Formats: sequence, structure tokens, C-alpha cells
Amino acid sequence: MPSPTYTLIASNTLSTSAASVTFSSIPSTYTDLVLRCSFVDAGATGVQPMGAGTYGLRITGVSGTTSQRFIRGNGSAASSSSISGLYMADINGTGSTFTSVEIYIPSYTASQNKPISSFSAAEANATTAYISAVAALYQNTSAISSFSLDLLGDSFAVGSSFFLYGLKNS
Amino acid sequence: MPATYEPIATTTLSSTATSITFNNIPGTYTDLRLVFIPIGSASMNVDMRFNNDSTTLYSNTVIYGDGSAANSSRAVSQSRIRLTDYVNVSSTPTLHIIDIFSYAGSTNKTCLIEQSMDNNGSGIVARYVGLYRSTSAITRIDLLNLVSTNFAVGTTATLYGILKA
Repeated sequence: MPSPTYTLIASNTLSTSAASVTFSSIPSTYTDLVLRCSFVDAGATGVQPMGAGTYGLRITGVSGTTSQRFIRGNGSAASSSSISGLYMADINGTGSTFTSVEIYIPSYTASQNKPISSFSAAEANATTAYISAVAALYQNTSAISSFSLDLLGDSFAVGSSFFLYGLKNS
Repeated sequence: MPATYEPIATTTLSSTATSITFNNIPGTYTDLRLVFIPIGSASMNVDMRFNNDSTTLYSNTVIYGDGSAANSSRAVSQSRIRLTDYVNVSSTPTLHIIDIFSYAGSTNKTCLIEQSMDNNGSGIVARYVGLYRSTSAITRIDLLNLVSTNFAVGTTATLYGILKA
């Protein structure tokens, strides 16, 4: 039986709302990390696009320069912009459905800056919805052993779920 | 018995190189996933070729954004699938995740390519769909840097096999 290469490290499904979710003591035994989330922003209404200081799912709790750029479709047009910080996804607020996002963090223990990728969908059967892809950069050559997720002061609603997987290349 | 998601081969460059090759890919999986993180020191085009086939059987369509505008383009009858053309900066890795579907089947081969390159003020985010109009099984993948600059030390590439059952 081959050893597993795609392993669940930790998960968290919220039974009470929370302002942030933290993954700590991440083992260094994997090559890449994959984070899959399904969440609702309890402080927002409807679907909202990620924007500096307004809305968005954001990686926090890391030290170093962070930046990103993204491409977004809203059902009628595509656009691109950039934000300082690790903004990963648009959000669905209360009354909408959950936002789904996958975040890929390769070579998280390598002594080099870390490129980060995400792909998310905030669909609500409404006139506005978003699908976005993000390219981000975390400039720190230290291994990532912990990080948090937040919603810029809003809370994750009950039922929001977070799954962190480790991926081995051998 | 192969696992559902299994590493087939991995490469981390300890010296510079103009290409990375995965050869003798077994046909025992359903799909392939290639995680490729090139590092460069100057302008660099990154291309992908299957089965060492340089005929014009490749095409791709891309949607991309540079942080200020979104665009889409297409290339047809190419001798390779262009993964990216950009000015890369030393120590800033770029992430490519490439899914190659039904690579061992007898139909034309499609792939989805995710490119993430941010350099804190410049860069690109892109999603490609690629087509290789060959009914032969893919047994070899070459990642090529077709300009004079090499892939730098620390460049990594890992090929995974994904099994449907």
C-alpha cells in the first residue's frame, strides 16, 4: 500500500461564529499545502468583491511583505486589479450561499519567497456574482508553520468550514 | 497498486538548466497533475511539449490579468503550449499547476493551466486551456525555456498521477 500523499492536516467547521481561524503547528513534512474553505461573511450582506479595507477572505498572521493581483469575472465582464496583502477571495454575506475557495501554497518550507494561488466562487443566483483567481506573493524565506484567515473585522458565520491538506512529492 | 494521488517523479534543480524532462510516464493513471515552480534571473518564456513532438499540433486560449486590466488571447497551430512569457525576477518563484486529462487515452489531449506570478508591483495571474491534437498516449513531458536564460537553481517540478478508482 503506497503511503498517502494528500493528507488532511487539520479541519475546523465552526459551531459558533469566529473573527478568525488559525492553523498552527503545521508540520514541515509536506511539500505543498492546500486549503479548501467554504464560508459566509456574517458581517456583510449579499455578494461583495474583495477590496482593500472593505471585504475579502485574507491570510494573516504571517510576517513579511505581502501582495497580490487578481482577475475577476462578474457574469458580464472581466477585470483585474491588485491589493497589498494576501486577499484570497470575494465573499458571500448573510442571506447568500457559501463562498468556495481553494488556496495552494507550494514549497511552504523552502527558503525562498512563496507564491500563493487561489481560485474562488461567490455565486448567489443574483445579478451580481464573482469568480476570481488570485496570484499572491509572500516575501519571507522562512518556513510557514502557522497562519490565520480573517474577513477584515467581520466574522465567519456558523457552518463555515476549513480544511488544510498536506501534499508530498515523494 | 497506485494510489489515487501519487507522485511519479520530482526534480529540484541543483544547477541551472534550459529544460526539465519527465520521461517514461506510466500509463496507469487517469490524469496527470504537474506542479512547476520555475525561478529565473531574467526574461524567460516557459513552454511545455509532449512526447518530444515539435509539430504544430498545439493550441491554447488564455484569460489573464496584470493587476490593471483583464485580457484574453489565443494561439493556434503552435509547436508547444506556452505556459507563460514574463520578466521573472531572481528569488521570485512562479507557480504553475497543470492538469492533463486522459493523457493515456486515444483522443486529443486537453489540459488546464493555472499560472500565479505576483512580484509586489508587477506580475500576472492567468488560466489557460491547452490542446494537443494527438491521439497518442503522453509518455514524455518537456518543460522548456526557449530563450537564452536558464531555469535557476531551486526550480522545482513534480509530476503526480491521479487515479479515478
